[in-house]
Amino acid sequence: MEHYNMNLTLKVWKQKNSQSKGSFETYKVNDISSEMSFLEMFDVLNEQLVHDGKEPIAFDHDCREGICGACSMYIDGQPHGPWQQNTTCQLHMRAFKDGDTIVVEPWRSSAFPVIKDLIVDRTAFDRIIQAGGYISVNTGNAQDANNLPIKKQDADDAFSAAACIGCGACVAACKNGSAMLFVSAKVSQLALLPQGQPERETRVLNMVTQMDKEGFGNCTNTYACEAECPKGISVANIARMNKEYLKAGLNTKE
Amino acid sequence: MGLTGFFLITFLIVHCLINSMIFFNDGGQTFNHWAHFMGTNLIIRIMEIGLFVFLLLHIIQGLMLWQQNKAARPIAYAVSHPERNSAWYSRSMGLLGTLILLFLVLHLYHFWVPSRFGGMASIQPLEPVSLSDYANQEAHNLYREMQIVFQNVWVVIIYVFGVFSLCWHLMHGFQSAFQTFGINHKKYTPIIKTIGMAYSIVICVLFALMPISIYMGWVN
Repeated sequence: MEHYNMNLTLKVWKQKNSQSKGSFETYKVNDISSEMSFLEMFDVLNEQLVHDGKEPIAFDHDCREGICGACSMYIDGQPHGPWQQNTTCQLHMRAFKDGDTIVVEPWRSSAFPVIKDLIVDRTAFDRIIQAGGYISVNTGNAQDANNLPIKKQDADDAFSAAACIGCGACVAACKNGSAMLFVSAKVSQLALLPQGQPERETRVLNMVTQMDKEGFGNCTNTYACEAECPKGISVANIARMNKEYLKAGLNTKE
Repeated sequence: MGLTGFFLITFLIVHCLINSMIFFNDGGQTFNHWAHFMGTNLIIRIMEIGLFVFLLLHIIQGLMLWQQNKAARPIAYAVSHPERNSAWYSRSMGLLGTLILLFLVLHLYHFWVPSRFGGMASIQPLEPVSLSDYANQEAHNLYREMQIVFQNVWVVIIYVFGVFSLCWHLMHGFQSAFQTFGINHKKYTPIIKTIGMAYSIVICVLFALMPISIYMGWVN
């Protein structure tokens, strides 16, 4: 792929803290390499801002290899930018042309309040996991592979659901700000495996209750979440959670 | 939403089937016979109450969703491209539902209100019919009412527009109901989606053809 440099205009959301109002600010960045990642481009901009004695832009990042789920930018009208099944850190500048104007916003959700600039508070997801996204039994050492036979299809589906990195792009993409894709992936990965069975019913009930408490919107099945998910989590998980929730609600003895 | 929607989907099948009797082109004989059955059968009358209850629930649920979902995103995106990730009609169910409701008010005023509460202006008693069950009763000539209502080209246009809104509402709603019930299967979901599309289009084309055919004089 041919290498090229580009000059860009960036419109970035600046917000001092969760209480302040926030607004867009325009920046110019020059000589950006097409081989840089989107976050590296932000590093260049921040170096420039620090050099000029201005405040750098705050943004979340950690592994920068698409597996941690920390990065969270709404780039030109899409979470994680224009590429499919891709995180912001793995978005490369070759996705843009010289002279482009790029608008960058934080995730917009009442459950994800802005902490500063492009960083949002995603502890709502942590509280949902704390409500039931685990197994309480001590599993001990790894067992022999054939001790616990699991259907290939179930193992595959559980693994696909477990690929969720909890970045929140599903919430950001959803017109209702619903967290159903995230929660359903976390419910599914345990509901499909034997270790998840003892707490299967309380898990789904508690996690959905917590999800509603956090103020996420409702799922209206537009499937925007699946289309924008960097890990390609399937909406089949949402259907599975609906079924799990219904069954658990009918079975519960309390 | 899915449960109430599914009931309404079932109702539309019956409604469309009976109304399609006008295409027999027998001066509304068959249609009026079944319209009379629907208007007088006790089970159907009880189901009619259920229909209104479900419709009302469907609207209330829709309003609740709209209100909660608006609260979930207090600050809108400055730039957003939802067309890159979802179908416009799946995101516009509230708008389409409102259009359908507006159409429905007119539709009920045209047919349901006069047939239940009287005031069908030009109703003539039915011609003698083969079935004895309503030979002695005064039966409403709904077919004649259709002919009168669909004389007005603007009414025909509004009806076609209302039915189009319904078509898009169903295209999303049909498959969405299954997802809500927890049915999403590698083998069956593509079939459900195809049936949903076919159902939406067939039902709505038939419904749209009714006012058009009467206005154009294709059936009489």
